[in-house]
Amino acid sequence: MSQPALTPVAVPDQEYLSPGMYSCPGCMAALAMRHVLKAMGPNTIIALTTGCWAVIDGPFPYTSVKVPLLHGAFGTAASMARGLRAALDIQGRDDVQVLAWGGDGATFDIGMTALSAAAAYNENVLYVCYDNEAYMNTGGQQSTATLPGVRTTTTTESRLLGIRKKNIVEIMAAHRIPFAATASIGYLDDLQRKVQYARSLKGFKFIHIHTPCPTGWQLPPDEGVRIARLAVRARIHPLYHVLDGQQYVIDLNPDPIPVRQYFETQRRRLLPLSEEELAWIQQDVDQQWQTLLIRSQCAAGPGGSESVR
Amino acid sequence: MERIIMNGNSAAAYGAVLSRVQVTAAYPISPQTGIVEALAQHIASGRLKAKFIMAESEHSVMASLIAASEAGARVFTATSSQGLALMHELLHWAAGARLPIVMVNVNRAMSAPWTMYCDQSDIIAQRDTGWLHVYCEQNQEALDAIIQGYKVAEQVMLPVLVNMDGYYNSYTTEPVDVYDIEDVDRYLPPYNPPVKLDPNEPHTLHGGTGPHLFMEMRYQMWEAMEHARAVAQEADEEFGQIFGHRYGLTEAYGCEDAELVLVGSGSLVGTLREVVDERRERGERIGLLKIRYLRPFPTQQVRQAVASAQQIAVIDRNVSVGMGGVFWQEVRSALYGSQVRDRPVLGFIAGLGGRDVTPGTVDQIIQIARSNPPQDVPIWIELKERR
Repeated sequence: MSQPALTPVAVPDQEYLSPGMYSCPGCMAALAMRHVLKAMGPNTIIALTTGCWAVIDGPFPYTSVKVPLLHGAFGTAASMARGLRAALDIQGRDDVQVLAWGGDGATFDIGMTALSAAAAYNENVLYVCYDNEAYMNTGGQQSTATLPGVRTTTTTESRLLGIRKKNIVEIMAAHRIPFAATASIGYLDDLQRKVQYARSLKGFKFIHIHTPCPTGWQLPPDEGVRIARLAVRARIHPLYHVLDGQQYVIDLNPDPIPVRQYFETQRRRLLPLSEEELAWIQQDVDQQWQTLLIRSQCAAGPGGSESVR
Repeated sequence: MERIIMNGNSAAAYGAVLSRVQVTAAYPISPQTGIVEALAQHIASGRLKAKFIMAESEHSVMASLIAASEAGARVFTATSSQGLALMHELLHWAAGARLPIVMVNVNRAMSAPWTMYCDQSDIIAQRDTGWLHVYCEQNQEALDAIIQGYKVAEQVMLPVLVNMDGYYNSYTTEPVDVYDIEDVDRYLPPYNPPVKLDPNEPHTLHGGTGPHLFMEMRYQMWEAMEHARAVAQEADEEFGQIFGHRYGLTEAYGCEDAELVLVGSGSLVGTLREVVDERRERGERIGLLKIRYLRPFPTQQVRQAVASAQQIAVIDRNVSVGMGGVFWQEVRSALYGSQVRDRPVLGFIAGLGGRDVTPGTVDQIIQIARSNPPQDVPIWIELKERR
């Protein structure tokens, strides 16, 4: 690993979530918060937008979160984070970290303009998107994070329509923010490194965590982590980070598997895909991987990237 | 204190400066833009020590201010019309979260058809969001209402919307007293929130709430708004003692012996005032009731002001299509069940989409009122004939 910041780090023992949360069994979004907070530490305020997590923390007057948490309207995590940052800074509390937290619907869809503005103004906050690939809190409607081939409750056609999953990290990298990264709930050490590195940087940081949803994907509750790892291996969700929108680094390159093998683990959420359709998805994944490889090699200069392992 | 000739937008910005707001978020929309531009200049020049968030939409403006207020800052913004409408969801949120945000709305009609001229259709649509609603007649009043707004909001923990009319206030210059900030400091102490987001004392704010508690929370809002009547009056009285300007929740002008009371809000009150002066000089018993607060609604003051009237004519620069002007409805419902319930309350619709309400318009209203027109439908004034 060529980036000193992404050298292995210890996972802090301290917990910032209490037991008794309102998450479904095996919730990967809850696990994501647990580990992000471990990396962030107690001097953190969360700007939380609508989504599964608006329920997970528990009903008033209870809470399972041990740092200050502000619930807000749908799509406002980035805007709220900007407001928190401004209020903290003007009161001389620039030591307090602001963590914006939203699901894929809140981030890819309804909160997109607010997110773009916060990134463009390079606000000193960390935005984390937990991605379960649909509006899971309302029962699994299509979002622009939904993978091609997946059937949601609002899918009307049983064939592929040439619709791809939005590449959110590319969009965020195009804002030239200091740090834009993918992460996976299947690779907690990588997630830990990334959050710890992000919090060491000033400016806008974005981490896109893949969090398969056992309830929504109709999987057994103990399958989330395994499926997340397979998504990385299938290069559906490659693990990389982008510094200043320029320097691409692939963080992990485990033994690849075909998309077919990944999909076989989750048949209940899929359309009846033809061979042709499956090939189209595979080709798309391969193409994106090639692009990523080229970018990471460009960033590493002649001789290729040292960071791929 | 300095007396400066300025338009309503500049006056509103001075109101925010004198209130020492700490965070403002802004998005341009005519005819409000001058307010946030002026604030940016005050911050750039160092006159105001505050953070300025340039947002990408009004929805984000209010979301940022909600969060900033939750973190303990005194916050301010201004908007108009479509921008206010885009904030709608968050207006409910700000009030439900019990945040003392003060916002200026420069009244502008809602499109379609596309328009940018004055009426109150923007703010009327936000009547039931739980904010206090103040309507200003003059530029000075806008500056004063902002300072008073924080004084009231931070006691009752509800947000305040200060309205002034697009063009008639926003772009029209008048002499405005800009007070010494030290005097304002004595009137308005720094904001000290009962609860704020602070890692030293972690809270989760506004988590999911079911039927077992939601209604009680709404009742607390109701109580706070009821309490706001007295708080706003006290704040106005204290303000008057220090700065010499008093407004009340309403102003009854020549109402004691009036046979006909004209009721209005916003900048058109200035026109009503002129006509009333002129008519009273001629011996006509006409009075004026200016409604400054729409929420909380000053029911008692309204009943009192029209006690002697034989007729009441409400002039609305807005219309709830399918019913009539909203001030008309409010006045009628305030009088219903009172001792003055049998007085005819006429509803006039005038000045929509920036059409001037002139002394001639008011003359027509008076003339029609005296002809005993129907009381159960609104009367549209100065409509052009359909071709």
